[in-house]
Amino acid sequence: MEYEAVIGLEVHVQLDTNSKMFTRVGTGFGQPPNSLTDPVVLGLPGALPVMNEEAIEKSIKVGLLLDCKIAEVCKWDRKNYFYPDMPKNYQISQYDQPICEGGQVEIEMPGENPSKMGPHRMVELTRIHLEEDVGKLTHYEQDSLVDYNRAGCPLLEIVSEPDMHSPDEVFAYLTSLRNSLVAAGISACDMEKGQLRCDANISVRPRGETKLGTKVELKNLNTISGVRNGVEYEIRRQIRAIEEGTPIIQETRRWNPDQKYTTPMRTKEMAHDYRYFPDPDLMPVKIDQTWIDRVRTGLPEKPFDKQRRYQKDMNLPYSITSALCGDHLLCAYFEEASEMAKSAGKVANWVVNDLLRELSQANKVDEFAEEETEKITPQSCAVSPQMLAELVNLIEDGKLTNNVAKELFPEMFATGKSATELAKEKGLDQQSDDSEIEGICKEAIANDPDAAEKFRGGKEGAINALKGAVMKATRGQANPKVVDDILRRLLS
Amino acid sequence: MSNNSPIFKTATELSQDLQGGTVTSVDITQAMIDRIDAVDEQVHAFLHIDKEDALDQAKASDDRRAKGESLSPLDGVPVGMKDVIAVKDQPLTAASKILENYRSPYDATVVRKLKDAGAVVAGRLNLDEFAMGSSTENSAYGPTRNPWNLECVPGGSSGGSSAAVAAREVPLTLGSDTGGSIRQPASLCGVVGMKPTYGMVSRYGLAAFASSLDQIGPFSTTVEDAALLLEIISGHDSLDSTSYPTEVPNYSAELKNSSEPKVLGLPKEFFGPGMDDEVRASIDQVIEYYRSIGYQTKEVSLPTTDLSIPVYYVIATAEASSNLARYDGIRYTSRSERAENAIDVYAKSRGEGFGAEVKRRCILGAYALSSGYYDAYYLRAQKARTLIRQDFEKVFAEVDAILTPTSPTPAFKFGEKSEDPISMYLSDVYTISTNLAGLPGISVPCGLSSSGLPIGMQLIGKAFDESNLLQIANAYDREHLHGRQVPNL
Repeated sequence: MEYEAVIGLEVHVQLDTNSKMFTRVGTGFGQPPNSLTDPVVLGLPGALPVMNEEAIEKSIKVGLLLDCKIAEVCKWDRKNYFYPDMPKNYQISQYDQPICEGGQVEIEMPGENPSKMGPHRMVELTRIHLEEDVGKLTHYEQDSLVDYNRAGCPLLEIVSEPDMHSPDEVFAYLTSLRNSLVAAGISACDMEKGQLRCDANISVRPRGETKLGTKVELKNLNTISGVRNGVEYEIRRQIRAIEEGTPIIQETRRWNPDQKYTTPMRTKEMAHDYRYFPDPDLMPVKIDQTWIDRVRTGLPEKPFDKQRRYQKDMNLPYSITSALCGDHLLCAYFEEASEMAKSAGKVANWVVNDLLRELSQANKVDEFAEEETEKITPQSCAVSPQMLAELVNLIEDGKLTNNVAKELFPEMFATGKSATELAKEKGLDQQSDDSEIEGICKEAIANDPDAAEKFRGGKEGAINALKGAVMKATRGQANPKVVDDILRRLLS
Repeated sequence: MSNNSPIFKTATELSQDLQGGTVTSVDITQAMIDRIDAVDEQVHAFLHIDKEDALDQAKASDDRRAKGESLSPLDGVPVGMKDVIAVKDQPLTAASKILENYRSPYDATVVRKLKDAGAVVAGRLNLDEFAMGSSTENSAYGPTRNPWNLECVPGGSSGGSSAAVAAREVPLTLGSDTGGSIRQPASLCGVVGMKPTYGMVSRYGLAAFASSLDQIGPFSTTVEDAALLLEIISGHDSLDSTSYPTEVPNYSAELKNSSEPKVLGLPKEFFGPGMDDEVRASIDQVIEYYRSIGYQTKEVSLPTTDLSIPVYYVIATAEASSNLARYDGIRYTSRSERAENAIDVYAKSRGEGFGAEVKRRCILGAYALSSGYYDAYYLRAQKARTLIRQDFEKVFAEVDAILTPTSPTPAFKFGEKSEDPISMYLSDVYTISTNLAGLPGISVPCGLSSSGLPIGMQLIGKAFDESNLLQIANAYDREHLHGRQVPNL
């Protein structure tokens, strides 16, 4: 029998805000444990939460980006449970009135080959709600340690409909969602830093069946490939179970990335009663149309819209746009450079091939490094968009050959010197000083009167000998077209 | 002790004496410490007093005054704190074993305001554990006794705050009122106690019992003093989302303005069975007095009155069950020595750390919020709460304030009600609806019973209309000054 998997995702995204969701303490990754705390974060007697407006605004932005309906009122509920990751033993969250409802995420499935665009479709969203993040527990043999630096950071939970059917779709969904959120400045979405986390609800059913199968919630999917592998394994496990006649039980399972299988965590019977109720410490916040309109004006272009624009308006091929549009910083760099350059297409090629190559080499992770080094971005690298535009224009103007430019680029990246500067230093600049070339041409004609005579006599090919001599004398730096023009003028 | 001792003076008088240079803050604070040493063994209003720190603050106040840099009329006047209000580096136990070793690393907003005003913030005052109770018998550190009769309770939950003022151990204190916890003990101890409008005083730094009902307020011997303290602690606070952005009137100045006679409402539902005859007689005299100075009185109706106790015990316990979850034995609360695993840390620490009443309310509240019961209890209680609020709104279209007794009876004996939670809960029958409606209420002493126990009247005002409420209360109090009577200790 053929089976169909039905998958819904719950994606948690940490909002990139200056301060925590309900207090003034700052946010940040890699700080000393429990340094980002205060009476509110630690749930000390008498501490009270106060809403961070930036977190609401960023949530509205996400809602608009994903075409959701934005709630008129942002209201808070307490989710009560005892666990040391939350010092108050309740989490401030949204229960019955999420800040966003509905919405969709456009995804692209793999094409026939990497240079072909794959099919696009919309994955439907159920809701998006805002809540505070919890602390991080580290378990040892005897003790467990807890770090509350993360506790109280604004966290967005994006819940999809059970609208995906394969690990590839899940992968495409997460990639698209991450690209949109990163591009809009919502979050860096680094899964390794826990800025994006994902749980999957998975069930399988015989193909054609409309009723949903028993769902299993899968946790501990800590990397994008972990999500793909975990989902793939769980689908296979469920199909195998059904075929063996073992009933699927509604439960939460944990993905073990090293051993590559899932194990049960808790069953439905053990499910918590979270005793949700409206948080009496927080007043509901009204979200009026003016606020929504203001956020809308700051909304960035969606990555797939951008890609379509590049293809349609700038005539860039899919292979180039797909490499550009996954990275909004690269796009911004490309757009800035192409505005100053004579050929946007050439700029795109340089960005996708040369700049990306240099960046990835520069950002290679040193496993033995003690501290995490700041990543070099297109914006922070030594080659500014102006410098790339200049390089492309020098080639377009015939002042630099493509080969020379290719040689120069890594040096520009390493030193921050411009193409003109480097070419001068190395004597590599294509000689375009016409009078100098004219002298060399005159010399070549004088040295080879025979060839000159033959050309004048109508033997077109004879000019090549003269050209060769000029190029040789200039060590290949003269622009062949310029040489050709001068020789013809002198011989006419 | 001479009658000229600072301990027998009101805060207003002390303020004048300090300004006149006839007394220093150190004199006042030392007299307060001596008085505590003399009588608190009997009264047990204080859980803790940092004498050295109090005298240091007094000395600093005197130094400011010498340089002409006094910060406010209350500069140098001692103010005691109910032990649920956070004072930096001082203990905060909430009268619970579970916070036995906790010291607050920060000041509550009211404390910061008092310190900014130069007041000597001194003493941690006893209460029913986590402010749950009406007799202060639920303190893990032993009950406070009523200074008028040591066999009787001082009321609660702010029993330490009311008894300390009544026993003249400190001229001013702060308490918190969730269902009557300021007004009822004020009434039972014969002092003035006021619960401001919800949102008038910041709750930041008040260990929460029921967030939507809790409000900090003053205790004093006169209405005039209450106004003085209230105007310092009131005002919007960016650290409390439920604090209301409004200007704080100069209550004490407005008290001096002669006010027009007002209309007082007498809710018929309050004057029914259950009210002690002597309380009734005392309130009748109050009514007579107001009429004699030109006030009108009017029977009004608050038909939802009988809903208030059940509604309160659903909402307050639900919020408490969540608010008290943080006391878990993990970080700053006492951990059970018998805990062998994570669940034990919670269960045993809370089992050993909380008293019976706190456990009862946490269980009640968790039940009211649990899946399948939420709609029937919590949601219905919230709807009923709206009806109660609307009842008051209707009545306030016709009257300026509502006059009732504060408590159905004078102070009762220890153990009289502690075995029967319901009869204990009923002692808040006149005060609870005020909290549910978020309105300001004040208890003013209005005489002694035949057995020498204080009786108090309650005035309930319109939201954010503290100024009028204080004027009405003062119209009676300045002519009677029952709160200035000193019990024999």
